[in-house]
Amino acid sequence: MSVQENWERIDVVPTREISGYRVRRGRPMPYGATIVPGGVNFSVFSDRATSMALVLFERGAPSPTAVLPIPESFRVGSVFTITVFGLDHENLEYGFYADGPYDPARGDRFDSSKVLTDPHARLLSGRETWGAEPNWDDIYQYRSRLLYDDFDWEDDRPPGIPFEDLIIYETHVRGFTRHPSSGVSGPGTFTGLRDKIPYLRELGVNCVELMPIFEFDEFDNPRVNPVTGTKLHNYWGYNTVGFFAPKAGYAATGQYGMQGDELKTLIKDLHKAGIEVILDVVFNHTAEGNEHGPTISFRGLDNATYYMLTPEGYYYNFSGTGNTVNCNHPVVRDFVLGCLRYWVSDYHVDGFRFDLAAILDRAPDGTPLPNPPLLEQLAYDPLLRRCKLIAEAWDAAGLYQVGGFPSYGRWSEWNGRYRDTLRRFIKGDPGVAGDMATRMVGSPDLYHGRSASASINFVTAHDGFTLMDLVSYNDKHNEANGEGNGDGANDNNSWNCGAEGPTDDPVIQELRLRQMKNAMALLLVSQGVPMILSGDEVGRTQQGNNNTYCQDNELSWFDWSLVDDNAELLRFVRLMIAFRHAHPLVRAAAHPLGADPSGRGGPPDVSWHGARAWAPDWSPGSRLVAALRTGTDQDGKVERIYVAANAHWEPAELELPGSGWRVVADTGAAHPYDIYEFRYEQPTVEDRYLLGPRSVLILVGQDN
Amino acid sequence: MAFTATLTTEAGTATIKLTGEIDASTAAQFHDKLDEAVASAVQRLVLQAEELTYLASAGLRVLVFARQKLGENVSIVITGAADPVARTIRMAGLDRSIEMTVA
Repeated sequence: MSVQENWERIDVVPTREISGYRVRRGRPMPYGATIVPGGVNFSVFSDRATSMALVLFERGAPSPTAVLPIPESFRVGSVFTITVFGLDHENLEYGFYADGPYDPARGDRFDSSKVLTDPHARLLSGRETWGAEPNWDDIYQYRSRLLYDDFDWEDDRPPGIPFEDLIIYETHVRGFTRHPSSGVSGPGTFTGLRDKIPYLRELGVNCVELMPIFEFDEFDNPRVNPVTGTKLHNYWGYNTVGFFAPKAGYAATGQYGMQGDELKTLIKDLHKAGIEVILDVVFNHTAEGNEHGPTISFRGLDNATYYMLTPEGYYYNFSGTGNTVNCNHPVVRDFVLGCLRYWVSDYHVDGFRFDLAAILDRAPDGTPLPNPPLLEQLAYDPLLRRCKLIAEAWDAAGLYQVGGFPSYGRWSEWNGRYRDTLRRFIKGDPGVAGDMATRMVGSPDLYHGRSASASINFVTAHDGFTLMDLVSYNDKHNEANGEGNGDGANDNNSWNCGAEGPTDDPVIQELRLRQMKNAMALLLVSQGVPMILSGDEVGRTQQGNNNTYCQDNELSWFDWSLVDDNAELLRFVRLMIAFRHAHPLVRAAAHPLGADPSGRGGPPDVSWHGARAWAPDWSPGSRLVAALRTGTDQDGKVERIYVAANAHWEPAELELPGSGWRVVADTGAAHPYDIYEFRYEQPTVEDRYLLGPRSVLILVGQDN
Repeated sequence: MAFTATLTTEAGTATIKLTGEIDASTAAQFHDKLDEAVASAVQRLVLQAEELTYLASAGLRVLVFARQKLGENVSIVITGAADPVARTIRMAGLDRSIEMTVA
């Protein structure tokens, strides 16, 4: 230890006393509560507040221990700041009282009687145990707490997987291991997910996309199940309370205030397993709702800054949930940027998926901006420079930007068009063959001039049917949500294969299994980044409910007995993922040209075929798409991959382009001949192939 | 049971025997005892936890502190932790850097 470390720093000496606490003027940056030598520095922004007080609680106590008015001389611009000495970090909960005008028409909704949550709180308490009924008489429901910066990351580095090599697995922290069949030590938590890392590795995915993990209140859903009368939760969590705080109820150690460490341990172990972590983030709205909603934080601190307001002072509702965050206000931009930087630097997160991201490019009055500063800033930010940015490129007010989201060379998009086209194609709709071909090569019509990885391809996501339900239901069955089946999407492009819901008919069961394989096969040979919904690899069902946002039960949870029950589908998906990893050709970043990329008159990088080789059929009645890809494999050899998808109910007699093919997969073949392990593909000497009805064929060949 | 922490040092191994509960009020004593152990330049730290009945977040913090203070060349072993205590340590992820053995 050097001598200086023993000296007492003179800049940490209190200068005065307020409410019995020794304090000094604090530092305005960073915002929030930061542990500093001898004390805690608090900093909070409010442009319109006339005064601000720091409220201190002993952990769990019903009323404050102390209220410290922040002196006017401690204010820098619109930032109130104070350093308080001698606090017990472990047992401290804090908040703010903000005073100012109550004049909704002018946008001000100050309420000095409410203890406000710090927007930058690194931890929150109040909802530590998922589903434990809170004390509604508590005057302060979501209590800001301190987080130590003492986690040992060892040599953790982001895996830095090239975007085009990703296979994203979208999952829900609680739903993944909450089911009794999960067999983990902490069901429904970060720890539970950590226990399942071997499963993810075995499956072959290299990126998990976690549905919201920022602190939210599962009790903010007022509805009950109309049949059973049981309370419905906000299970998905798209209603953020604390943007800097991991959800305590998702941590087995949340009661200990260890949720930060538990999540960091999960991320560190995922990284060790070569798996990246993308967070689903919700900056388009908050849990405060409209003017009838609770005053938690932003509304009481600076309503007019944080929310888009009509000229009369009401809340614009582009999110469909009551309020809309004023994302392109310079202060709010700074908030969003600070939040993302925090998750990247302090939690080593690898990327973000932005819920209803089209809102991020709306001006404060709601009009879409041609050059939205927030998106540009995120794209070029030094700390975010290597992380993945994915937009859900639409919002609830009709702004639909798939293919047109301002990308700045960085942003990728959930490709809703891919989802719709693939669903319609495998269902057998006419007139989709040409569009399906475009989707298979990375949607160059939408992403011309951009990398194919601008397209996040998916068939299913948390929002909508699961894959099993997509092939089992023509209509949604959302009665359990208590909204008279009026919620959730109606345009599902689903087909039940001949019976609505579960059936004993083996013909229908076989067809459903084949349709799921078809969807997975096409998804995993398409250029662009595939995203798989957790559980689809084992045929998870939600019994036709396509909007399970409020269903914290077996409808939503991953039933691990399906791993054995649907082992055939799981094997198929696992081997398709392995196929994708082994063949750079199908995941190339560049869209194919349809010509020899070398310009030397060699075979084209992609060519299209029909029942006859070199003769594709793009007519409206065609339900057959066959693509031949030529390029270099992982060993540097010239390789050919032939993919034929027959969505017709009749078999297709295919004339193959060239010879020397080996079969990788044929979904029309019975298990275990539906797919072969890498390097164990089945030779076919024929130059013709009879492809069954509603089947996908994948062949590989090497040019000698 | 009242909290106690007893330190013995022998041949480069510091052993702290813990009894009772480590919560916010007793964590400081645990912390002081660790400081004492660290000061004696040990190669190995053993925490006897057979009679430890409860470990709160403040106690977990002390373990994090010990890990970082001692550096990676010093092994830390917790022996005989009862299930609730062991479970807390595992879930917080500290079992990755601290060895846990039965007594």
